[in-house]
Amino acid sequence: MALSREQIAMRVAQEFKDGDYVNLGIGIPTLAANYVPKDIEVMLQSENGLLGMGAYPHEDEVDADMINAGKETVTASKGASIFSSAESFAMIRGGHVDFTVLGAFEVDVNGSIASWMIPGKLIKGMGGAMDLVAGAKNIIVTMTHADKRGNSKLLSACTLPLTGVNCITRIITDLAVLEVKDKAFYLRERAPGVSIEEIEEKTAGKLVVEGDIPEMTI
Amino acid sequence: MAGFNKVVSSYEEAMAGLQNNMTVIAGGFGLCGIPEGLIAQIKKMGTNGLTVVSNNCGVDGFGLGILLEDKQIKKMISSYVGENALFEQQLLNGELEVELTPQGTLAEKMRAGGAGIPAFFTATGYGTPVGEGKESRNFNGRDYIMEEAITADFAIVKAWKADKFGNCIYRHTAMNFNPMAATAGKITVLEVEEIVDVGELEPSQIHTPGIYIDRVIQGNFEKRIERLVTSKGA
Repeated sequence: MALSREQIAMRVAQEFKDGDYVNLGIGIPTLAANYVPKDIEVMLQSENGLLGMGAYPHEDEVDADMINAGKETVTASKGASIFSSAESFAMIRGGHVDFTVLGAFEVDVNGSIASWMIPGKLIKGMGGAMDLVAGAKNIIVTMTHADKRGNSKLLSACTLPLTGVNCITRIITDLAVLEVKDKAFYLRERAPGVSIEEIEEKTAGKLVVEGDIPEMTI
Repeated sequence: MAGFNKVVSSYEEAMAGLQNNMTVIAGGFGLCGIPEGLIAQIKKMGTNGLTVVSNNCGVDGFGLGILLEDKQIKKMISSYVGENALFEQQLLNGELEVELTPQGTLAEKMRAGGAGIPAFFTATGYGTPVGEGKESRNFNGRDYIMEEAITADFAIVKAWKADKFGNCIYRHTAMNFNPMAATAGKITVLEVEEIVDVGELEPSQIHTPGIYIDRVIQGNFEKRIERLVTSKGA
């Protein structure tokens, strides 16, 4: 069975290590915050200038001056810090953020990612995505393995305008966990009940399957 | 003798000198930390042909979005736009030009502009449409593109508290682009929630020193929330 959005988020959260500073993109990546293992601490970075993003506020705590990068009202966690956009992107571009998790339209075997622009549709902008993929030490892309029509999103070469080149090393989809290296996707784990054949069929770029591929533990 | 007293008593005075076709840098992220009264004054003045540099362009009827109503903006330099229908419409009609800039690059362009650095190299955008036509260089095995600094005729900035000298502090995430914006204007106008006596703000807690600020005005802020999410209603 393909994973649900929540299950992808659960698998993403397993990647975090105690003491990691993590930036989570909008959508599935944000959900990963709900599944951080109880025995570790991670600190969430929000690129509008907040390190130590807390939960959404209770009604009586709502403050228009406290928002996240998705422009939602939030709180600061204990031990948080708040700073300017330049400071925020200095920590991102300077490689100080351990993990960034973001969605994508396409990823290719070179580790390039397209996530911000579909020609012919209204272009809203890249926000901080280009800075995040250029700067974070580890980047995880979360997405469905194929689009609604069954077309693979894991390609030999991205067809859409790029967000970054040669920067993606790990992809977690509804079907599999893959590593990107040596111009190929290396299959590392498969979703429970999903066959290697199905993953092969839905991966357009070169897929390497080495030895036994374990099922994910969700 | 006014000395370092930068306080003005009217919005007319605050935005005096703004003319058609000028460039304006505005602080704020979404609707958070925006100089509401200064934006309203630009609308009132009817100044047009403006190039506006800001992370976003507000929403329909609020923030920078109100400057679209009378087509006062010619060009937006932003990282993320299109939260408003009017913006989309003017963009599709060709009445509005947009230069999409990665958020970190935008912040750094303002910071560099204010610090007298004409350009800088960054890995952000290399190999993407953002890097097209820009000089690139390899440093220590990695490719970078050159991005030029931004300065403006006017910078409009929102802070929480300021003294008469323009020393100011921001509140929570309403800081965002405001400190960089403050440094990059030929004339920087600061709109604050409260003006306090000189000496009241702790010198080591000042976020933006008054040297960057030309005019200070006390405003009344609606502080509209763009996306209200609570822990019950999420």
